[in-house]
Amino acid sequence: MSPSQVNPRMSQEAVPDTPEERRSYLAEGHSLRSWLLTTDHKRIAILFMVAITFFFFCGGVAAALIRLDLLTPAPDLMSNDGYNRAFSLHGIIMVWFFLIPSIPTTFGNFLLPLMIGAKDLAFPRLNLASWYIFVLGGLFTLITVVAGGVDTGWTFYTPFSSTYSNGAVFLAITAVFISGFSSILTGINFIVTVHKLRCPGMTWGRLPLFVWSIYTTAIIFVLATPVLTITLVLVALERVFGLGIFDPALGGDPILFQHLFWFYSHPAVYIMVLPAMGVVSELITNAAHKQIFGYWFVAGSAIAIGVIGFMVWGHHMFVSGQSPYASAIFSFLSIVVAVPSAIKVYNWTATLHKGEIVIDGPLLYALGFIGLFTIGGLTGVMLAMIAADVHLTDTYFVVAHFHFIMVGGSVSAYFGALHFWWPKITGRLYNDMWARLAALLIFFGFVMTFAPQFVMGYEGMPRRYHVYPQVFQPLMVMSSVGSSVLAVAYVLPFFYLFWSLRYGKPAGPNPWGATGLEWTTPSPPPKDNFETVPVVDKEAYCYPEQGRAGEPQTQQAESVDA
Amino acid sequence: MPDARAVQPQFPTLERQNDADHFGMLLFLSTEVLIFGGVFAVAFTLRAEHADYAQASKQMHYWIGGINTGVLLTSSALVALMVEAVRAGRAKLAGWLLGGTIALGLVFLALKFTEYALEYRDGVVPILSDANLHGGVERLFMDLYFVATGLHALHVTVGLCLLGSLLWPFGRARRERTAVFAGNAALYWHLVDIVWVFLYPTLYLAR
Amino acid sequence: MKNVRPILYAWFALLTLLALTIGASFAPLGPVLPFVSYAIAIAKTVLIIWLFMEMKTRDGLQRIALGVGFAWLFILLLLSFADILTRGWLGA
Ligand code: HEM
Ligand SMILES: [Cu+2]
Repeated sequence: MSPSQVNPRMSQEAVPDTPEERRSYLAEGHSLRSWLLTTDHKRIAILFMVAITFFFFCGGVAAALIRLDLLTPAPDLMSNDGYNRAFSLHGIIMVWFFLIPSIPTTFGNFLLPLMIGAKDLAFPRLNLASWYIFVLGGLFTLITVVAGGVDTGWTFYTPFSSTYSNGAVFLAITAVFISGFSSILTGINFIVTVHKLRCPGMTWGRLPLFVWSIYTTAIIFVLATPVLTITLVLVALERVFGLGIFDPALGGDPILFQHLFWFYSHPAVYIMVLPAMGVVSELITNAAHKQIFGYWFVAGSAIAIGVIGFMVWGHHMFVSGQSPYASAIFSFLSIVVAVPSAIKVYNWTATLHKGEIVIDGPLLYALGFIGLFTIGGLTGVMLAMIAADVHLTDTYFVVAHFHFIMVGGSVSAYFGALHFWWPKITGRLYNDMWARLAALLIFFGFVMTFAPQFVMGYEGMPRRYHVYPQVFQPLMVMSSVGSSVLAVAYVLPFFYLFWSLRYGKPAGPNPWGATGLEWTTPSPPPKDNFETVPVVDKEAYCYPEQGRAGEPQTQQAESVDA
Repeated sequence: MPDARAVQPQFPTLERQNDADHFGMLLFLSTEVLIFGGVFAVAFTLRAEHADYAQASKQMHYWIGGINTGVLLTSSALVALMVEAVRAGRAKLAGWLLGGTIALGLVFLALKFTEYALEYRDGVVPILSDANLHGGVERLFMDLYFVATGLHALHVTVGLCLLGSLLWPFGRARRERTAVFAGNAALYWHLVDIVWVFLYPTLYLAR
Repeated sequence: MKNVRPILYAWFALLTLLALTIGASFAPLGPVLPFVSYAIAIAKTVLIIWLFMEMKTRDGLQRIALGVGFAWLFILLLLSFADILTRGWLGA
């Protein structure tokens, strides 16, 4: 390997294949049974990773169909009904079967116990149960597809979903309903773990910021998901038995459905983005090799986002017939919630300032997140202005807004995390040149796909139509071409990461010189994570004063008399 | 004597593990509060938007509901005493109290289904027997009633299963883990009780 | 078994409150009735949570874990009803 191909941050010396490696969690058994009945949080993380990768692929296929159809203004590829089913399926799969579980159930599961110095989560069997429930929910999604799909969009608005739609609404609702229990169980597990299993010395003020954001996310899981659960039950009952709850024809209130749905679904967008913010805090501090700027501001803003995020849902309902007084309150609160988000962005930037930055794959992903999230967040504030929203709602502007955050932001962070912790998870180093290439390609593919949608939306192109005026074709084509670039960029890491499994150099415990407790274990970590219970006596991100020249250190106390 | 085998490896002490179980149960109960919260949001909306809500509520057999409230409150008291008895190591007494709780839970369900049967006879059950249901808010009210009480009955059943699972290994009541499980099952039962405490005025007493 | 007495008192209080709430529903309270009913329901809940669920003797974290569900339900109801109750104010 030429020097430019290895990550400049990695130690150039190949680390010998130590006996530890053979005792890694991966070596604890190779049978299918040893995976499917495991209670090891690290293996369950891998199980989740396999499942959500599969669904990411399924959702991607639907997206490809949508973009292909939109190449021309005419409805050529799909029927109207087919198109409705394609975007509904895309939304349902991407939201509930990829983005919601993505970072929490994979990196959260893998890293939470490691970062706080625990042997496992508080309830390991519950953790496995959560995976099985998730898979069952996923199975129902697939059955939905076989049964003809749904045409309601991911939002299941009543009375269309409960009364008029001719799709397999009941099955789709069942799928989401089931997956909700997976969220709830994972959430409870994480909260209890953070409270009860921190190792000696790991005070709240020393928690890595990733832990803070996963903790907040878990709280949202626990407090938001039950409302979705009951709402879906009510819609299903209305659909199957014709009960009158949301159906205006019977005297029910369809707007109440939107209240209940968005009480879950706006916090859910923070479920998608908070873990990503946690990842970025880790990546940025390590790239700058510096203490985070304003630890408590970053940690506190996660909590603030989590709490205020529950009080803004009405910004999805400005044109629904919601009372204008309520709209005014929701508009105000929505603008308020942008403040803690901005705090984070400023703090990351300040952390990079005067840092000893090494530009590598993980950093590029993190920078991609910051830029795209900022645009997504700012356009969110625009949408929170009632006057602007009346014009922009249900247009491509909204589509671009949330894709900037969820795809540009969260998915980039997911890939960033994958690269940063890959050596820990697999014990192997990948080729960083490819990682940088993929990161750049994702960024450009993304911008090319979604930036034109802001323009189209602003000019009035409504979302969820596959027939459109001729004038939009150039922008539509640009978007579709961009999406194929994006697709290639997403597939790329599969090749070089899998390549590294076989040919990559062993990573050693701490290839980046990072400070978290997870880097004190061998890579991959053994089943019980730590030989002895770690003791912490330093803050998170205790990078040496001298920067990269200094001796690397971790939060682990120097001399532990076991 | 603490049972060493009962401690799972991720916990430093049995006490911490018991704490974690209890804490997890409380969080789970919070999710239950929010699940029923959705039902109450529907009920309050119905009441706010339809002036005839109180009229519709008069179809209820409020005295069966009232007796049932008393039954559940009493069973809650019994289960609280049961937890005390388990902690004090008085397995026999605990067994009786548990039996009493479960019996009252069954009485609740029996009364509930009697009530459903009466409503069927009265012709106020949507879809199945709606001869005397005059559409509009009356119909909506009964829909809500069956959803709410049905969901609650489901929770009563789950609670009974949890408590029932304590019956068999009760000889080991002294064991600390059993006490913890008993305490957590009792918490669930209390929550089911609380839900009913709100369902009763919502459905039966809006006169 | 030192907590037997509070439990029995609470049980007695709960049944009294039950009688009270049934009685109130027959009183000519008109639009005030729901407030009376729910105030009594809340009083019962407090008794159950405090004494039966032993929150009286628990630490802050455990109280928060149970209380947060109710608090969030309050947010849900408060902001939904900010809409539902004011929807007609500008005229239909
Ligand atoms: C930073 C503060 C944010 C504000 C003020 C904001 C505001 C808004 C507003 C007003 C809408 C409604 C547009 C409409 O349909 O009329 C909206 C839609 C949306 N936002 Fe945001 N947003 C913010 C952050 C986020 C974040 C962080 C995410 C995701 C991680 C997100 C995801 C979404 C989604 C998915 C929709 C579309 C829902 C739909 O109609 O299907 N938003 N946002
Ligand atoms: Cu929102």
